[in-house]
Amino acid sequence: MKVLVPVKRVIDYNVKPRVKADGTGVDLLNVKMSMNPFDEIAVEEAIRLKEKGAATEVIVVSIGEPKAQETLRTALAMGADRAILVAAAQEVEPLGVAKVLAAIVGEEQPGLVILGKQAIDDDSNQTGQMLAALTGRPQGTFASKIEVSGDAVEVTREVDGGLETVRLSLPAIVTTDLRLNEPRYASLPNIMKAKSKPLAQKTAADYGVDLSPRLRTVQVAEPSKRQAGVKVGSVDELIDRLRDLGVAA
Amino acid sequence: MKSLVLAEHEGGAIKDATLAAVTAAGKLGGEVDLLVVGSGVDAAAQAGAQIAGVSRVLVADDPAFDHALPENVAPLVVQLMGEHDAFVAPATSTGKNIAPRVAALLDVMQVSEILSVEAPNRFTRPIYAGNAIATVETGDPKLVCTVRATAFEKAARTGGSATVQPVGGAADGGLSQFVGAQQSHSERPELTSAKIIVSGGRALQNGENFKMLIEPLADKLGAAVGASRAAVDAGFVPNDYQVGQTGKIVAPEVYVAVGISGAIQHLAGMKDSKVIIAINKDEEAPIFQVADVGLVGDLFKLVPELTQKL
Repeated sequence: MKVLVPVKRVIDYNVKPRVKADGTGVDLLNVKMSMNPFDEIAVEEAIRLKEKGAATEVIVVSIGEPKAQETLRTALAMGADRAILVAAAQEVEPLGVAKVLAAIVGEEQPGLVILGKQAIDDDSNQTGQMLAALTGRPQGTFASKIEVSGDAVEVTREVDGGLETVRLSLPAIVTTDLRLNEPRYASLPNIMKAKSKPLAQKTAADYGVDLSPRLRTVQVAEPSKRQAGVKVGSVDELIDRLRDLGVAA
Repeated sequence: MKSLVLAEHEGGAIKDATLAAVTAAGKLGGEVDLLVVGSGVDAAAQAGAQIAGVSRVLVADDPAFDHALPENVAPLVVQLMGEHDAFVAPATSTGKNIAPRVAALLDVMQVSEILSVEAPNRFTRPIYAGNAIATVETGDPKLVCTVRATAFEKAARTGGSATVQPVGGAADGGLSQFVGAQQSHSERPELTSAKIIVSGGRALQNGENFKMLIEPLADKLGAAVGASRAAVDAGFVPNDYQVGQTGKIVAPEVYVAVGISGAIQHLAGMKDSKVIIAINKDEEAPIFQVADVGLVGDLFKLVPELTQKL
């Protein structure tokens, strides 16, 4: 069984995003970029499936600017077998990405596609569900556990009320939540080895997909800021405050 | 404009997040229909019909729709979208699971987690973990959006008199199957609708301390219990306690953060609380930059004292 893992190059998790003064977006010039953390978890899970013998090949794909190659090389260094880069000039949206992925799924016929549940830049949380819709496959979103057995996969999902388990017939689409696994670091030898792993360069046109955005960003603004309040010196003072708020009797 | 709102229900009652979605749908202008799915959902449908602002309750009563399996629910919604212009779902784990599947089937780009309706095709939404707010406009012929519940008033549970109408057609596609759930059961209020929340962080050191310090304080205040991601990752409490960008978004009247440093991802989930109270031994902790009242000190001494004196 092949496993396909889409990855996105995004602002690093530890960088505080700054809104551009002209309100057109977030400043990404000279900012550290990394693999979307949820995608890293997806890559790790696919590699573990291969190590367990449940998967035969791990293919990573990224749709975006040429620099997304670096992100793909990171995934290859972690242990993916080959990569596909689909070049896109403008910012991509989940619907367009899902269409490209659906075409790749048609060509590669993976038994599983594992995606991050959301990208930490646009926070859309859509691509996996959309890909499942376009391919007519079942979906297991927000996974904290994945177990492949025969022609099905059991996915434990993190939901508002706790955990929920669904059984999906393969082929299926899974999206990762934070507690699925802890991704490995690539070792230096593996980073060197990743440089010679195959990376195919494609365009959206190769898949007959129009990536033109459907949403227009009118403005990007800073959220309203909270003012820091007062510090109190003792529990008694804190209780006085709580009384003022009507919280304590 | 005619909107279809996905109802989330449990034990015959409509959940709070759905009420916020009804309000958001009302702001689009025009009629608001509510969709109730599952088997034996009469009570939920009747409760939905009482909600102020709802014109019709559409009921799909079929076991195929139990547990809101998206493979079965999405085709039903697509069919109903023939006579609706907008599909509005609460941004809960259920809404987030179903809405994008509907959007893709309609060839529409979803607008996720809206904070406000500026115009029927223009919305604000958080990006970059709430570090920026984008105003976006959609040109798609139909609208699919999810609604951040804390950003909208809840529609009144009574005062409406909607008609109840059965719908059907789509059924079990056989792609997926519900196996089971481990739901946390608690006598305490639910996190997303609680008036007061007491949350604990990594500084509690283990699950036992969490139980001995956070829970009694919460019970004294009649509060729900939450946690930071660090506390959940360390296994102090189950995942559904997590408040933050990837956990639950909350906005109670009072939020008490105990031993939580205030990582950006946590702040994104609670910074819209009316009053924030922080107890932390590190006076430089970022949580104090958003707290209205701060108390610096050792939580192992301060929290028992606070619980006892309340």
